[in-house]
Amino acid sequence: MRSTGEVSEVELMELLNPELYIKLLTNPFIRGLAGALIVAAIISLAVLLLIWAERKFVARLQHRYGPNRAGKFGILQTLADGVKLFLKEDIVPESVDRIVYTLAPILCFSIALLPFVAIPLEKNLIVANVNAGILFILAVASLGVIPVIMAGWGANNKYNLLGGMRAAALMISYEIPAGLAIIGVLIISGSLNLVDIVEGQKDGWYIFPQFLGFITFLTVAFMESSRPPFDLPEAESEIVQGWTTEYGSVKFALLMFGEYTHAVLASILISILYLGGWLGPFAPSGFWLVLKTLIVMLFLMWMRAAVARIRIDQMLNIGWKVLVPLALLNIGIAGVIRFV
Amino acid sequence: MKPGTGLRRVVSEDESMTDTGRPDTILLNMGPQHPSTHGVLRLLIELEGEKVVNITPIIGYLHRGFEKITEHRTYIQIIPLTDKLDYVSSMANNMAYVKAVEDLMGIEVPERAEYIRVTVLELQRIASHLLALGSLGNDLGMPFTLMMYTFREREMILDLFESLSGARLGYNYMRIGGVAEDLPLGFKDMTIDFLRFLEKKIDEYEDFIYENEIFRMRTEDVGVLKAGEAVNLGATGPVLRGSGVRLDIRKEDPYSVYSELDWKIVTGRKGDCLSRVLVWINEMRMSVDIVEQALQNMPPGPVKAKVPRVLRPEGEVYSRIESPRGELGIHLIGDKTTTPYRLKIRSPAFCNLSILPHIAKGVLIADLIAILGTLDPIFGEVDR
Repeated sequence: MRSTGEVSEVELMELLNPELYIKLLTNPFIRGLAGALIVAAIISLAVLLLIWAERKFVARLQHRYGPNRAGKFGILQTLADGVKLFLKEDIVPESVDRIVYTLAPILCFSIALLPFVAIPLEKNLIVANVNAGILFILAVASLGVIPVIMAGWGANNKYNLLGGMRAAALMISYEIPAGLAIIGVLIISGSLNLVDIVEGQKDGWYIFPQFLGFITFLTVAFMESSRPPFDLPEAESEIVQGWTTEYGSVKFALLMFGEYTHAVLASILISILYLGGWLGPFAPSGFWLVLKTLIVMLFLMWMRAAVARIRIDQMLNIGWKVLVPLALLNIGIAGVIRFV
Repeated sequence: MKPGTGLRRVVSEDESMTDTGRPDTILLNMGPQHPSTHGVLRLLIELEGEKVVNITPIIGYLHRGFEKITEHRTYIQIIPLTDKLDYVSSMANNMAYVKAVEDLMGIEVPERAEYIRVTVLELQRIASHLLALGSLGNDLGMPFTLMMYTFREREMILDLFESLSGARLGYNYMRIGGVAEDLPLGFKDMTIDFLRFLEKKIDEYEDFIYENEIFRMRTEDVGVLKAGEAVNLGATGPVLRGSGVRLDIRKEDPYSVYSELDWKIVTGRKGDCLSRVLVWINEMRMSVDIVEQALQNMPPGPVKAKVPRVLRPEGEVYSRIESPRGELGIHLIGDKTTTPYRLKIRSPAFCNLSILPHIAKGVLIADLIAILGTLDPIFGEVDR
């Protein structure tokens, strides 16, 4: 095409040719990019709203009002906070390891969004229907601890370091029970594909035969998203802000956003694996998944207002001495259910 | 390097504070700006992983030279200064000071004034314990839940005090020889209503602590202070009673009209963080009882004795009261001038804070914060 802007008739016809668009749409790269953008947009919006909802909900539990200034019911509060953070000066402390320090928020943000491409909102509403979807999600989600350790180490601050080390300890003790808990579901459904797992729950949600697994995975969800009572990596009253202590402005926003999406991911996974995903009467199927996810999220938020933080040694005990045996027992139950 | 001496040496020789002199530990500077050092405490912690090996509290960030300032003020001008000592229990500080002057000069306080004093002192004790309980909730990592609840009740006490004195924090309510004003109209009914409400809420707090598995995990058998240790280390107030020592200045050296009222000393059993918390809770219950009795038995009459305008006491006195945090003593020397020759404050928060390095050795950082929360230091009083 000439760069002068003149378009000949033949070329115009070519542009109007629908086959071009079909070709574009079937191009895996374009499809992937579009899917990624859609996922990023939806998740960002959802997180914005969820943070507001959490602040409002926890505030009501705590006998206060919560945000109520920006927009109706303060619904724009998160947006306002985000804008404020983005407009702030991006201070980099002198003593940090610049590369690691800068890379951590970017990695944290992108890794946090990655698993969502394999999450089906509905039977056919999925960006990448990976055959071993659950495996992909677990693998990518466990990468999420790397930027945390990077932030802890690169910032060259002892509080960051303590937070990063705590995150590492936490990760080791939740990844194994998480995997073991999911094995139970896999045995019963006989598939690693999330769509198949949900479709396999038509006769009954897996929460009933897999109750122990559900409990294990729910506990792991708290640990994975490092939410209270397992918010050790950023334990404010102990180590200031943990691994985000030295971060400000945009970088802090990215880190916090990345952290929050872990909670969303965990809630979606719980509703897909144990609560029947999009299965439900009357309403369109996507609605049910969102509703179930919100209910699980609500539980996560509720716990934040209700319990104290667990100590690190107690947390490790829970991970290794309670969750691992529980998950193993659960696998046994799943095996019995499957083959009897 | 002898334990305990190392950190001090590092601090004095090298302010960069990176070296502990050992390869396997790091030196962590916590405070004076830190979310849970209850104000401006600075702790130098030698950490081995998460374990606290050595700990040195550094105080003085809120030092205002209070004791020296009093030497340039007349006796009456000192009362509003005492408000700022332990700024969450100003009434107790007021009382400690005016009682010292009254003891020194032998002033007889009218009975009604004494009953009013006991009422406000016990309300102040409730308010202070509520604050301590709430901030312990923050320290244990349930941000603002417990605190907002306890502040709801504390707010009501502040409202009552506001109706008494016009102020919500620094009351300046006590006077040498009595109190500033008589109780306002309706104060008694309002207080009784509040106490009824509070009783229910105290039960709720007890449930909140006993039914909450994690709260108990975090406080039970943490920071144990044995009774003997507590006495030797000079613990006082709820910390001492939490270790099971039955000592309360209100019984030991009765002042005001405490000896005429029917009440008991509250003690804990194990000396851990949980028993200190339970001492707070049960003391609040006991205070409710005392306030009720004081309000019922309050005789009519004047609320202020006839005291000369210019006070020129002579002599020396040590007078003590049981403030919400323990034995608050005032050592006052008058030299027949209008200003004190010397006024020394024996601060309970300081004594309790000095226990921290002894019971917080070998614990994890999280426990250190919990222990600090139950020792409940208030820095206006530690530093004076």
